[in-house]
Amino acid sequence: MRILVGCKRVIDYAVKIRVRPDKKGVVTEGVKHSMNPFDEIAVEEAVRLKEKKIAKEIIVASIGAAQSQETIRTALAMGGDRGVHVEVSAAEAETLQPIHVSKILAELAKKEKVDLVFLGKQAIDDDSNQTAQMTAALLDWPQAMFASKVEQKDDKLEVVREIDGGLETIRVNMPCVISADLRLNEPRYATLPNIMKAKKKKMDKLKPSDLGVDVTPRIEVISVEDPPVREAGATVADVDELVSKLKEKGF
Amino acid sequence: ASTLIYAEHNGERLNPATLHTLTAAKAIGGDIAALVAGPKCGPVAQELAGIAGLSRVIVAESADYEGMLPERLTPLLLAAQEQFKFTHILGNSSALARSLLPRLAAKLDVSPISDIIGIKSEDTFVRTVYAGNAVLTLKSNDAVKVITVRSTAFEADAGTTGGSATQDTLSAPDSPHTSEFVSQELSKSDRPELASAKVVISGGRGMKSGDNFQMLYDLADKLGAAVGASRAAVDAGMVPNDMQIGQTGKIIAPELYIAVGISGAIQHLAGMKDSKTIVAINKDPEAPIFQVADHGLVEDLFKAIPDIQKKM
Repeated sequence: MRILVGCKRVIDYAVKIRVRPDKKGVVTEGVKHSMNPFDEIAVEEAVRLKEKKIAKEIIVASIGAAQSQETIRTALAMGGDRGVHVEVSAAEAETLQPIHVSKILAELAKKEKVDLVFLGKQAIDDDSNQTAQMTAALLDWPQAMFASKVEQKDDKLEVVREIDGGLETIRVNMPCVISADLRLNEPRYATLPNIMKAKKKKMDKLKPSDLGVDVTPRIEVISVEDPPVREAGATVADVDELVSKLKEKGF
Repeated sequence: ASTLIYAEHNGERLNPATLHTLTAAKAIGGDIAALVAGPKCGPVAQELAGIAGLSRVIVAESADYEGMLPERLTPLLLAAQEQFKFTHILGNSSALARSLLPRLAAKLDVSPISDIIGIKSEDTFVRTVYAGNAVLTLKSNDAVKVITVRSTAFEADAGTTGGSATQDTLSAPDSPHTSEFVSQELSKSDRPELASAKVVISGGRGMKSGDNFQMLYDLADKLGAAVGASRAAVDAGMVPNDMQIGQTGKIIAPELYIAVGISGAIQHLAGMKDSKTIVAINKDPEAPIFQVADHGLVEDLFKAIPDIQKKM
């Protein structure tokens, strides 16, 4: 099995977001970035499939400006075999959407003849939760979204999915697209020797046009603003006061 | 505008979230149709046909839709779109629609719009990004707008009866069976569902163990509440992920939200800050949860919860 894993470079989850003064985006300069946490889970699962000898090769792709190569290196240090960087300009990166990314990933999946595309369920910057579904559609492959367990069953994959109110098990033919949910695994940290080794791994560089993908924006950002602030109330002295306040409100 | 709503149901009844999506559809304006698909749709099709404001109900009943697999539902939605040429296709922000509608959008070559919280016009929508830390207003340039709707941001439509929608049956072209449904395990609980509960009590890392959640279940039973959890409690393995409240879990807005031993990480706040009344119980007075709480109680939860249990 050959796996294509996608990883997105995003503002680190621990950073407090600041809206830009022009209200067209958020401040990214001088801000710590890292791999989208859900993509890390996807990379980890691919590496485990390789360790179980189910997967032969893991190709790591990232679509973004030049710095996305750092994210690819991180995935390679976790156990990816080689990287593909599909580079866009910093300006294009701002308007790049799941529809563009999924077209690029679908083309890469065909080019690399992979059996499985493994992605995170959503990126923690735009919170879209679309790319894996759209990649599957474009390839006409089955999809298993929000996976919390992946097992090989004969020539198929059995996937336990997180759904509203519980879990669901489905079986998908290969090739297919899977998106990783939170409980699938706990990603490893890259060790220093593996970080060093990752620097020597091969990384191809492409442009969206090399894959025939048009990255013209489909949406226009009208504004990006701070959310309304909720006024904090007051603290209560003790349980008695809390209970009487709640009773006053009719609970 | 001419809008199609993907109506969710359990075979017997319409999913209440769909009435919130109907409110969003009415805000867009124009004709509104609903599509109901599944192995059994009769009762739901009937329910929909009577709802005022719906002009058409498209029914697709087939054993093929067992498990509601997106590979089989997408061709059906494409056939509906081909026939009726909708300008907007709306679904709930549910696991099902979030899995299905982006697949449909890719087939239509349009960029879907996830989890909207506001509608400015037929082509301009509001949604949050960065776990609710920024609010994005966007204009879609696509011919068809494929949208999921955050239920808590739109009131439920009254679902007034007296409507007289046209009923159409639709059968989808055969699609290759590349995926199959195996089983579903829904958490069984006598308590109300998290998404629709009027009162929700949530536990965080401060609960220390899954066993300690029993205190919250006991209090919940007294208050008729649902029990949720922060991502930290889920990550620590105390409770299952379907209890998670937050940007990567459920987004809820009950009348009363009681956060117990929850510090209030940004991603958690994104899931509950629209609650009407927020109570926070935490022994750390600096916990960020207090910044959004209407009533904050700085006390050890292991002392406070049994006390509240006694006095409520």
